[in-house]
Amino acid sequence: MISLQINGEKHSIDVAPKMPLLWAIRDIVGLTGTKYGCGIGVCGSCKVLLDNSPVQSCMIPVSAAEGKNITTIEGTSKNLQLLQNSWEALNVPQCGFCQPGQLIAATALLDKNENPTDEDIDEAMIGNICRCGTYQRIRKAIHRTVELKKQS
Amino acid sequence: MKSIKNISRRSFVKSIGLASGGLILACNTSVFSDKEKAPENLINFNPNLFVQLNSDGSVILIASRSEMGNGVRTSLPSVIADEMEADWSKITIQQAVGDKKYGDQNTDGSRSIRYLYEPMRKMGAIAKAMLIAAAAQKWEVPTSECSAENHFIIHTSGKKVGFGDLVEIAKTLEVPSDEKLTYKNSKDFKYIGKHLKGVDVKEYSNGSAIFGLDKRLPNIKFVAIARCPVTFGTVKSFDKTRALKVAGVLDVIEIPRIEKPFGALGGVAVIATNTWAAFKGKEALKIDWDFGDNKVYDSEKYMNQITKNVHKPGKAGKDIGNINKAFKNATKTIESTFQLPHLAHAPMEVPNAVAWVQGATCEVWAPTQDPQSARKEVMDYLATTEDNVTINVTFLGGGFGRKSKPDYVVEAVMVSKAINAPVQVVWTREDDIKHGYFHTVSAQYLKASLDKNGKVTGWLHRFALPSIVSTFQPGVDFAAGFEISSAANVPFDIENLKVEVGQAPAHVRIGWLRSVINIPHGFSINVFADELAYAANKDPLEFRLNLIGNDRIEDTNDPIKYDTARLKNVLKIAAKNADWGKQLPEGHAYGLAVHYSFYSYVASVVEVSMKNNKVKVHNVYTVIDCGTVVNKDTVTAQMEGAAIFGMQLAYYGKITAKDGAIEQNNYNDYKMIRMNEIPKVHVEIVESAEKPTGVGEPGVPVIAPAIVNAIFKITGKRYYNLPLSDYDLI
Repeated sequence: MISLQINGEKHSIDVAPKMPLLWAIRDIVGLTGTKYGCGIGVCGSCKVLLDNSPVQSCMIPVSAAEGKNITTIEGTSKNLQLLQNSWEALNVPQCGFCQPGQLIAATALLDKNENPTDEDIDEAMIGNICRCGTYQRIRKAIHRTVELKKQS
Repeated sequence: MKSIKNISRRSFVKSIGLASGGLILACNTSVFSDKEKAPENLINFNPNLFVQLNSDGSVILIASRSEMGNGVRTSLPSVIADEMEADWSKITIQQAVGDKKYGDQNTDGSRSIRYLYEPMRKMGAIAKAMLIAAAAQKWEVPTSECSAENHFIIHTSGKKVGFGDLVEIAKTLEVPSDEKLTYKNSKDFKYIGKHLKGVDVKEYSNGSAIFGLDKRLPNIKFVAIARCPVTFGTVKSFDKTRALKVAGVLDVIEIPRIEKPFGALGGVAVIATNTWAAFKGKEALKIDWDFGDNKVYDSEKYMNQITKNVHKPGKAGKDIGNINKAFKNATKTIESTFQLPHLAHAPMEVPNAVAWVQGATCEVWAPTQDPQSARKEVMDYLATTEDNVTINVTFLGGGFGRKSKPDYVVEAVMVSKAINAPVQVVWTREDDIKHGYFHTVSAQYLKASLDKNGKVTGWLHRFALPSIVSTFQPGVDFAAGFEISSAANVPFDIENLKVEVGQAPAHVRIGWLRSVINIPHGFSINVFADELAYAANKDPLEFRLNLIGNDRIEDTNDPIKYDTARLKNVLKIAAKNADWGKQLPEGHAYGLAVHYSFYSYVASVVEVSMKNNKVKVHNVYTVIDCGTVVNKDTVTAQMEGAAIFGMQLAYYGKITAKDGAIEQNNYNDYKMIRMNEIPKVHVEIVESAEKPTGVGEPGVPVIAPAIVNAIFKITGKRYYNLPLSDYDLI
């Protein structure tokens, strides 16, 4: 049995230790907000926070996530919620499929950088593909979130 | 958690009348399926298949088209709500299952609004008329003294009654005939033509939106399928020993090819308790394939062959004037050859489907652009009737044309039937890149003549590309009429014009991809016209406007008119927005392109720079005239996205085949545009009262040629072939 701490909740699951965290989250625990996009760690759709660091869950064996705090798109974190509000306000998503991964990557950025430049955003978001091409709005939504935080 | 709810095929239609769009207007039944519960203690009124008003005032509107980022679950219902005078905050959207009663549901060809704008207004107008009639009956006043406003019917005396309170009377009334319906003046629109937030944006942002890949059923089995690397190859034999040893793998079965355009490719299916086990099991299979005839396919050699085919006369597609005479009398002739590779759709959500065959019935949950087509394929495979097949439409994680071909739905049904359990078939990203319905590969040859004043006197456009028709009629090896029209309808004021097609047999499944034939034709025509401007020593903008010529309706043999004034208008606005002609920083230049497709007019001016021989796109100024606009935010978003989609095919889009097998694998070698590469996209929508036309696709074809034209301005080098990464420019 492997014990996972996801969004503050404990899950004991009986899976092969090598199973990528992505599939444990989606198929075993049943949280489907984290998406499969490429399976080789190049698209970012499967991003989750592992002890507050963004990781591609398709590349991490479930055993390596044991004992760590996993935050998925269904989870809570102050920056995640603020970013989600901006995503809604600016109507960022088109098909929406990549957006959980985008939001996790953006959350990790704001967690460590309170005032990111466009270059910081490029660096933090370069691992996340959006085939619909919503990048411009993602960038604006990150900036908006920062601005609202500054004002409050 | 939000899953798209679907209406039952069994909804009993009491009285029917067919609208122009083939929609059944009148029924008196719940929009909820048999398996779902309508809100308790509520009486409801269903003036037509698209509207349900409940006695608490809540309204359920039906979205009959698929949501894949096109915003259709917001735009279509907003048209009903506006005409009905319903309060948008009281509305929930329900997704239609695949059923002919909804009319054409194929979410493809940029036509959802074009086809359904008027019918949706009618759905709203019917509901409004019946609510007015109900209030008039309640108050015992003439209907002429009653009007609808924001979820109330108001009498001239000032008294008013809420929509919900009229349900009991309204449901007893006859559905009014067409001539009794009244429509709002466009100046009174509350939602149409405005910026409306997407109805699903919250669910997309919190991870609760249920895509096909997220659908779960009790005891569902996960399935991965190994398909022959060569299109239409078959299984000779296979060894499943190692696959069965993978923890979680339950079974391995062979599925045959279904020889239909949307039939399953066939292969070996691995059934498992989770997706990862299915993928690992698939990797562990040993399969001996019979590769079949398409093993000969080598895309590099093929490109050479079709290029030869456009360097000799082909079949005439259009012939006006005397092209040979024009070339003979020319002061100058210019000729160029263009080569564009296959492309893959690569939507973020891979093809997948959940199917559950139980005896004679089958239920499917799938991200499909065309649920009726999926229903037909399933019905044919199971040799059953429509009533036994339910196709539920989930959210689509991108479509771009891939998901209007339901081969993956058929696969799921085949496996579910074979193992008598609910299954989810999941394509790996590699499966998606290698086994799709590819955008065509093309060679094009253009030749033009100029007179001594630099005026174009003759235009020859010859092209060879495997046709989409080959997917439907194996053996077809010339372009079809619809693939010729975007070259034949080139909107230039040229006396002598000839379009010819060369031979090009297909060796993979050819399908339509966002913008379809307008990608190769929009590219070659726009790049070549730019080349002619330089040959004539003219500014490309001025030259192009002159080339389009006077204001006129082009003879396109189509009921929707092609108006050159609107074409020039979008180009002029794009140039104005970019401030065409202004001094740009060293190493920067503008390039332009303008194209008519899906009945819409789009122009883009792009600002490109070259540094260390690498391209960067800084700004894209796009202007679209798509007639009446339903949701400005959606149109803007589609143009923003189209710029990125167009950049991807310009930079990276290239699928190649060797020994019949596709060489690319995943997003690592079929690359996408990323955050660090994006330009600022500036969008203007032309105000228009013309009928609504396409939005999803027409923003794409202009991007690649505009980039190539800008690169020429900077470097003096013209790139006729894509992608630009082949030239180490990215």
